[in-house]
Amino acid sequence: MNDVAIRVQNLSKRYRIGARQAGYSTIRETVTDLAVAPVRRLRRLGQPTPPEETIWALKDVSFEVKHGEVLGIIGRNGSGKTTLLKVLCRITEPTEGQAEIHGRVGSLLEVGTGFHPELTGRENIYLNGAILGMKRTEIHTKFDEIIEFAEIERFLDTPVKRYSSGMYVRLAFAVAAHLEPEILLVDEVLAVGDATFQKKCLGKMGDVAREGRTVLFVSHNLGAVQQLCGSVILLQSGTVVERNSPERVTSMYLSDASESADGVFDLAAHPARPQKYASIIKRIVLRSSGSSSRSFFFPDDSLVVELLLDASPPIVKPRLAVAIEDASGRRITTLASYLQQSQLPALTGRSTVTCSLPRLDLGPGRYLLSASVGTKNDGLLDSVDNAAWFEVGWRNNYGNGEPYYGVYGPVIRGSEWQRIDERSGYAGIVDDSCIDLLS
Amino acid sequence: MTTSIDSKSELSTIPTAEEIPTILIRPSRGWVALNLRDLWLYRELLYFLTWRDIKVRYKQTVLGAAWAVLQPFFTMVVFSIFFGRLAQVPSDGIPYPIFAYCALVPWSYFAGGLERAGNSLVGSANLITKVYFPRLAIPISAVLAGLLDFAIAFVVLLGMMLYYGIVPTAAILTLPLFLLLAIATALAVGLWLSALNVQYRDVRYTIPFLTQFWLFATPIAYSSSLVPEQWRALYGLNPMAGVVEGFRWALLGKSPPGPLLAVSVTVVVVLLIGGLYYFRRTEKTFADVV
Repeated sequence: MNDVAIRVQNLSKRYRIGARQAGYSTIRETVTDLAVAPVRRLRRLGQPTPPEETIWALKDVSFEVKHGEVLGIIGRNGSGKTTLLKVLCRITEPTEGQAEIHGRVGSLLEVGTGFHPELTGRENIYLNGAILGMKRTEIHTKFDEIIEFAEIERFLDTPVKRYSSGMYVRLAFAVAAHLEPEILLVDEVLAVGDATFQKKCLGKMGDVAREGRTVLFVSHNLGAVQQLCGSVILLQSGTVVERNSPERVTSMYLSDASESADGVFDLAAHPARPQKYASIIKRIVLRSSGSSSRSFFFPDDSLVVELLLDASPPIVKPRLAVAIEDASGRRITTLASYLQQSQLPALTGRSTVTCSLPRLDLGPGRYLLSASVGTKNDGLLDSVDNAAWFEVGWRNNYGNGEPYYGVYGPVIRGSEWQRIDERSGYAGIVDDSCIDLLS
Repeated sequence: MTTSIDSKSELSTIPTAEEIPTILIRPSRGWVALNLRDLWLYRELLYFLTWRDIKVRYKQTVLGAAWAVLQPFFTMVVFSIFFGRLAQVPSDGIPYPIFAYCALVPWSYFAGGLERAGNSLVGSANLITKVYFPRLAIPISAVLAGLLDFAIAFVVLLGMMLYYGIVPTAAILTLPLFLLLAIATALAVGLWLSALNVQYRDVRYTIPFLTQFWLFATPIAYSSSLVPEQWRALYGLNPMAGVVEGFRWALLGKSPPGPLLAVSVTVVVVLLIGGLYYFRRTEKTFADVV
C-alpha cells in the first residue's frame, strides 16, 4: 500500500502578466488587436522580438507528503503559496509538471465560500457544505455540532446578511471545520475572527492533525505553523528553497533578507507624512545594541531605534516619540522621550537620537513603528505613521524548550511562580521586605 | 450518541464516499474529455445550486412566485390586443390568447434560462476562484432553476385550456420531450454564452438584444404557417421554433411540426455538444481570467 498522500513533481505555473492585469478583454479590443497586430509585427521585422511578459508563479516545485503528515508552507507574499494550493485544489491548471493526490481532498482557501447573504444560517450550512464537497447526509449528521461550534443557535433562521461579521466568520469556519476529507488543504483561514475564536480554530486544526489526516497548511502565522506542522516548506519566488523542521524553516524565513529587510527606512519623502508637517525625521535605523541594522529580532534581543533628524530652525526642548503597533494596527506601546526623567537637549541641524530598549520582550509577529517630533508649545512638527517595521521571531526564551507563541499575546512579561506550602503558611512567598514588616 | 454512530455506518454504505480516489493533476492539451462522470459525482451540489437559485430569486419580493406568471401572462395580453385583435394575425383557428400563451410559457423559460446561464459563471467568480467542482454545474443549475417558474406558468396554461374548452389529444404525451428540447436549447446556448462571457464581458450586454431578436424570430406572436411551405424546414434552424410548434401540437392539437422539428433537434444536439466541448476547453482558464 502506498503511503504517499500527495506527490508533486516539477510543478510549474506561468501567468501572463499583461493578460492577468487586463483581466478580461472586450471583443472590440480583440478585434482591434487583430487589425493592428500584423502591422506591428511588420514594423518589428528585423528587430529582436521582446520576451513575452510572463511570470512563473511556481517553478519546478517537487515534494511529497505522506498520509497523516501535517506540512506547513510559508513564504513572503507572492512566493507562490496560494498558487500552489490552487493548483492542488484543481482550481487552476498547472503549466507544466504534475501532481498526484491519493484520497478525498477538501480545501479551505477562504471561509464562507458560496455563502449567500439572503439565505438563512441553516440554509447556508447546507449550501456551503455541498460546495465544500460534503454529502447531504454528512452535513445532516454534523449539523448540531456545527451550530454549537459556531455559537449561533438563536440566529439559525436569520438571513446571514443580518449577522455580525464575527457571527458570519464563526459560522463559515464551523462548516469548514467539520469537513472530514483524508487530505485537507488550508490557506490562511486562521487570520479571521477575534482572539478567542482564533484559539478555537487553532485547537480544531490541532484535532484534525492529531486524527492522522493529511494537512497542507499555508499561513503567515508562524506561531500556528510551528504549533501544528510536522515539517515546513519555505517557498521563495515560486520555488522550494527549504524543507525542514518548523523551527529551522521559520527562523530561516524570518532572517531572510530578501525583502530589503535591512532595518533602514528612508523617510525624507515618505508618502504617509501628512502635508502639514515639515520633513524633520529623515531616516529610521533599527538595530540591536552592538550589531548592524536589521529588521528581524528575537524577543530577548535589545532594540535600538536610531532617528536621523534634520532640524532647521533648531528645536529647543524637543519631544520625541516612537509608537509600536502590531500587524493588525493595535497599538502596543509608545516610547516617548517626554515621559522619561531627563529632557533631551535641543536639536540643531543634523543630529541623531537613539531610543533603546534593553529587552524587546514582544511576542512573535510583525510590528510597525510610527515616529514623531514636536514641542510642548508647538505640538507636533513632524509625524510619520508606519514609518518602519520589524519582525520578531520565535525563540525559546528561557532556555527550557518552551517557545512563546504569537497567540499568547504581544507582550512578554517574565513572571515568578512559586508554590505556597500550606504548612508553612505565607512563608513560601514572602520576600525580605515583607519579613521586615512581619517582625 | 447511538444515532450518530448509526448514521455514520449509513454513510459508509454510500459507495462514492468510500473508494479512495486518485487525482492526477497535469496540464491538459487541446480538446479535453467531457468528464461527465465527475459531474455525476457532484450531483448533490447541482441540486443545492439549483435550490439556492430558486430560493434566492423571490426573497424580498412582494409578489414572490406570482412573477413567474405575470411576465408571460401580460405579454400574452399585450400580444392578444395588438397582434390578435388589431393586426388580425391568424392563429390557425385557435383562440389567440391561448395560442400566444402556450408559446410564451416555454419561451419565458428559455429566455430566463439563457439570461441566468449566460451570467452565471461571472456571477459565481468567488466560487470559481476558491473551490473546485465541475464548473458545468453552474450554468446547468442556472438553467434548471427556471423549471419551477415554468411549472407555475404551466398550471395557468392548463387553467386557460379549461376556460377555452380545449381537450388535449394523445399528443400531450410527447410534451415532456418538447420540454426537454427547451431545456437542451437553453443549456446549449447558455453554455456558449457563459463561457464566452468569462472572456468577453460584451456578452452580458448582448444577451438582452439576443433574446429580443430571438423572440420575434420565433413563432410566438404568429404561426409558423406564415412561413412559406418550402422554407418551413429551414425555419427549424431556430430550435425554439421547434419547441414552440411542438408545444402547440401537444397541447392545442395543431398539426404536427414535421421536418421543422427534425432540423431543430439536430441544431440543438450540435449546439449542445459543441457548447459542452467549448466549455470544457476554456474551463481551465476560468479561475485565472474571471
